[in-house]
Amino acid sequence: MAFYQNIPFFSIFLAMFAGTVSSVLKRKAARIFNIIVISSIMIASAVLAVFLYREGISYTFMMGHFPAPWGNEIRAGVLEAGMALFFCVIMLLSMLGGHHKLDEEVEETKQNLYYVVVNLLLSSLLAMIYTNDLFTAYVFVEINTIAACGLIMIRQIGRTIEAAVRYMIMSLLGSGLFLVGLVVLYDLTGHLLMSNIREAVTSITANGEYTIPLLVSISLMSAGLAIKSALFPFHAWLPDAYGYSTASSAAMLSSLVSKGYIFLLIKIYYRVIGIDLIRSYRLTDVLFIFGLAGMIFGSLSAIKENDIRRMIAYSSVAQIGYIYMGIGMGTQAAMLASVYHILMHGATKSLLFIAAIGLTDVSGYSRQFIQITGAGYRNKIAGIGFTVGALSMVGFPGFSGFISKLLFAQAALQNNTGKMLSALIVLGISTILNAIYFMKTVIRIYTPVKDSEYPVRPLKEQKLYATVIVAFVICNLFLGLASVFIEEWIQKGLAIFG
Amino acid sequence: MGSNLFVNYGEAVAMILFAIGLSNLLLQKNLIKKIIGLNIMDSAVYLFLAEKGYITGRLAPIVTNGVQSAEAYINPIPAGLVLTGIVVSVSVTALMLSLTIRLYRRYQTLDLDEISLKIKMEGK
Repeated sequence: MAFYQNIPFFSIFLAMFAGTVSSVLKRKAARIFNIIVISSIMIASAVLAVFLYREGISYTFMMGHFPAPWGNEIRAGVLEAGMALFFCVIMLLSMLGGHHKLDEEVEETKQNLYYVVVNLLLSSLLAMIYTNDLFTAYVFVEINTIAACGLIMIRQIGRTIEAAVRYMIMSLLGSGLFLVGLVVLYDLTGHLLMSNIREAVTSITANGEYTIPLLVSISLMSAGLAIKSALFPFHAWLPDAYGYSTASSAAMLSSLVSKGYIFLLIKIYYRVIGIDLIRSYRLTDVLFIFGLAGMIFGSLSAIKENDIRRMIAYSSVAQIGYIYMGIGMGTQAAMLASVYHILMHGATKSLLFIAAIGLTDVSGYSRQFIQITGAGYRNKIAGIGFTVGALSMVGFPGFSGFISKLLFAQAALQNNTGKMLSALIVLGISTILNAIYFMKTVIRIYTPVKDSEYPVRPLKEQKLYATVIVAFVICNLFLGLASVFIEEWIQKGLAIFG
Repeated sequence: MGSNLFVNYGEAVAMILFAIGLSNLLLQKNLIKKIIGLNIMDSAVYLFLAEKGYITGRLAPIVTNGVQSAEAYINPIPAGLVLTGIVVSVSVTALMLSLTIRLYRRYQTLDLDEISLKIKMEGK
């Protein structure tokens, strides 16, 4: 066994260990320790991604002393390693970008607890990416929920506590459904390891047995994960949770937490059940319709919103809709578009949240559109960041959003199952709606105001913040301009994913 | 199908309990009742697992009287899953209860709709 194969195990446990240690460290020490840990996991994941990309393989890693059908396993491939790298990058940037807000909004004695939660979140995300065991996935789904709840309520105001309660209720509903689906599947197949379940499922379906229980089990798991990742009708908790939590939390929640669940769902579809079976059960059609509805209604709610943070939060609902539309189309090309959209949305939405706090800071901490008029002149770097994010979301050529919209359109055109027309029409409508609310905001922040009552914040006072925004913009441009490489990487990953 | 329902009455009861818990978690306004719903829902899953893991006439998976044959015992994994699940649901319940206490201290009510109304009145 090559040494690099230990990396997934080490990254999960390093993150968990760092969480434990952070709880006893002082505020500043916890912060520095956390940055070091996330960066080292990031570098390790990059090394793993490079090795696996070169060899084009995936491998399983035995946890403990029991071999395959009994023990617990980790499995890493090109896609998993790349996803872990991406999550680490976004998490590090979001944490650094919202750092000054953390000082203002969280009590000083509780700030080290924030890093505990962040580390717990990272370890659960990594475990969800790498694990090859369905029940381990469930346990880490719950840990992820608890960590996300901690991220929301670390800022102690009435709204965030209420948002945390609403988030917990919806999430627990989702994980309850996921658990019962998993238990039914375990009952049918007798295995918990994903590859073993796959073999059993293949033999069950070949004999034509247990069709209805299998369908029930898959539907319950899909419904559970869809609720947890805020697919359209289940998004009621989302605007408050993203809108009022501290900026780093909002960026992480929107770009990482929901994506972790979607990644797990894709993994279940490809590795546990097999995408062909999902398609033959017509489960993809259901997800397709909910995705389309999310794309329209999320954008409509965002247009009506008068608060910049809540507007960005509602835009997330629409973007989650895009991802589910891609999964719902059921083809390989559409799945590629969905995975690309996960990356694009992660990089762009966190940029938007971090840029939005720069704008509200120079507008008397008000988030209403009236007050942020002209904020792009008062805080130049935040203005540029927001504009780049908005252009990317709308799908301006050169930025990552353009590529993902292009991939969705191509996948829709290749689809001859009657989903082509509806997908293209809704994609068009949704793009126009996106343009309405994002361009409206960009025009507003660059509308000059005479004798503004708010001071200008020069670049010198916010070096770290500016660096983070620049890094986010570079990330976005890289996804947009090096898209051929990224597509090839996702394709390679998906090919060996099952 | 109908005859199986009677044979597997344990599983049927578990599923009915699951539905009761789920609807309580979703529909109750009172936060404590919601948490009770959550616990009913989780317990129903454990009942289902325990029911599925038991084979009539076999013993609990602890070696008794030196019998080594696997045929004499039931599968220990469902029991392990139940234990793990209980740990998860205990921690989640504790978190929910602590959030409920916070909200109650702040707004003097357990009704989630009333809390939302009071937060809107605060206007922050």
